[in-house]
Amino acid sequence: MKKLQSKYIEEKVFQVLMWIAVITVLAFVVSIIWTILVKGIGSISWDMVTKVPGKNWNTADDGGFLNAILGSLFVVIPATLIAMCVSIPVVFYMNLYRRRSNWLSYLARLVYDVLYGIPSIVYGAFAFMIMVMVGMRASVLGGIIVSTLLIIPMFIRSGDEISRSVPDDMIDAAYSLGATKWETLKVVVRQVLPGMATASLLAVGKAIGDAAAVMFTAGFSDSTATSLSSPTATLPLAIFNWITMPEPFPGRAYAAALVLTVLVLILSLGGRWITGHFTKNNL
Amino acid sequence: MEHNEGKDPMTVKDLNLSIEGRPILKNINLTFPQNKITCIVGPSGCGKSTLLKSLNRLIDNVDDVKMSGQVLIGDQNIIGAPYRELIELRRRIGLVPQRPCPLPMSIFDNVAYGCRIHGMHTKKKELAEVVERYLTEVGLWDEVKDRLQSSAMRLSIGQQQRLCLARSLAVEPDFILADEATSALDPVSSKTVEDLFVKLKENYSIIMVTHTLRQALRIADYAVFLYLGEVIETGDAKQVFGDPKEELTKKYLSGVFS
Repeated sequence: MKKLQSKYIEEKVFQVLMWIAVITVLAFVVSIIWTILVKGIGSISWDMVTKVPGKNWNTADDGGFLNAILGSLFVVIPATLIAMCVSIPVVFYMNLYRRRSNWLSYLARLVYDVLYGIPSIVYGAFAFMIMVMVGMRASVLGGIIVSTLLIIPMFIRSGDEISRSVPDDMIDAAYSLGATKWETLKVVVRQVLPGMATASLLAVGKAIGDAAAVMFTAGFSDSTATSLSSPTATLPLAIFNWITMPEPFPGRAYAAALVLTVLVLILSLGGRWITGHFTKNNL
Repeated sequence: MEHNEGKDPMTVKDLNLSIEGRPILKNINLTFPQNKITCIVGPSGCGKSTLLKSLNRLIDNVDDVKMSGQVLIGDQNIIGAPYRELIELRRRIGLVPQRPCPLPMSIFDNVAYGCRIHGMHTKKKELAEVVERYLTEVGLWDEVKDRLQSSAMRLSIGQQQRLCLARSLAVEPDFILADEATSALDPVSSKTVEDLFVKLKENYSIIMVTHTLRQALRIADYAVFLYLGEVIETGDAKQVFGDPKEELTKKYLSGVFS
């Protein structure tokens, strides 16, 4: 009987611990969003998201930070597309064309795991060094290159996990019908598409919010970038710069944080909705 | 495509296969009779599934496999067939897996998939007829005709297995390989699938692996007893199961090992 009692107590204790853990995480999320909302909504205005900084931007409400919003998109969208073009073939090669335990796949996995662990500031510094060597200025192109490097290992890692979850039976089924490797791949793609989309959105979310990668490489500018070689402001760097400056800048930093958060939210919810729509036949 | 190639029997000659240096199949010599159900029986780990997988070379997807010998359909050797020929040969050899695995598509597309990749029945109407014919053949048509566009994953597991069978039949194979095709199914679905095999042998040669002896007794015409990668005894099912010549077969049948 005594043993019986204690096992229920044990269960109760762990239930409470799990509950506390969940609440703690939720509290963090809510308080972050709350802070951004309260401080951001206080200072955000239509002008802020539709105009670039005006002449009196440093002292009064004149213009906005459209340059930073566009800058972030200019950097991250091409970076994501390039990263996908590089990563998706790597993922499929490792999982379908090479047998899964092949030495080349093993080496590739090891390398991508190492890359994944490198902090973004190191990517930034590395790219900066190369840019100095070749005489390139901080620019949109620099930002794109570093963000691409940052996204690739994240994408490959999660893509690899997702592809491994495809049942061997499904691959065998396609092969046994006489499908070629490429045709089989297309079947596998249907299966992994939602996961891949989520993976890419997570990667975009991380890249768009990373200040360290673009700090040296994309630079900062008060006007909208007009070409690949012009420097550009980005949202995370704008937040980084403004939060420690005198009023009215901290308010603008929170407004920028709000815009950034909403952007990431739209990306992930939109992505989920779209993939949910196209993959109703999946396992 | 005409069914004129169906006359070619499948024979296995001196097949040896090793995985990571361990011999799995040793000197296999077999001829699978046409329009019959051949049951491959034997204790777990004796190489039944490996043998089946080498017949359509799905074994290629396993790491570090070395094989020698021949698997012949007519005069075409599957072992060592170049990629293009292999694709065509695989079309002629249907597979019903142990666990049904629908492709991530609708019910209709699952059956139509094979035809599409091989460019068979390119007209829409013709394809629809083919899908109906094979779904009817496996007794699934009445159950799914109103929801052909819904996901194949929503079918019950027994229905999924029949769908997999219809999918294999749609590419007009000559042989059907079944790897313990009923082991994941409930008794009623198993019976349905078993009955289907008996019906299908009129038009196809069926090679099935089973470790349910009772099933083999019920439906086999021809039996192969495999033990530790070697063929111990082959022959008419009644003779192999009823009056085995080899000592090992007798022991296996009486349940000394399994």
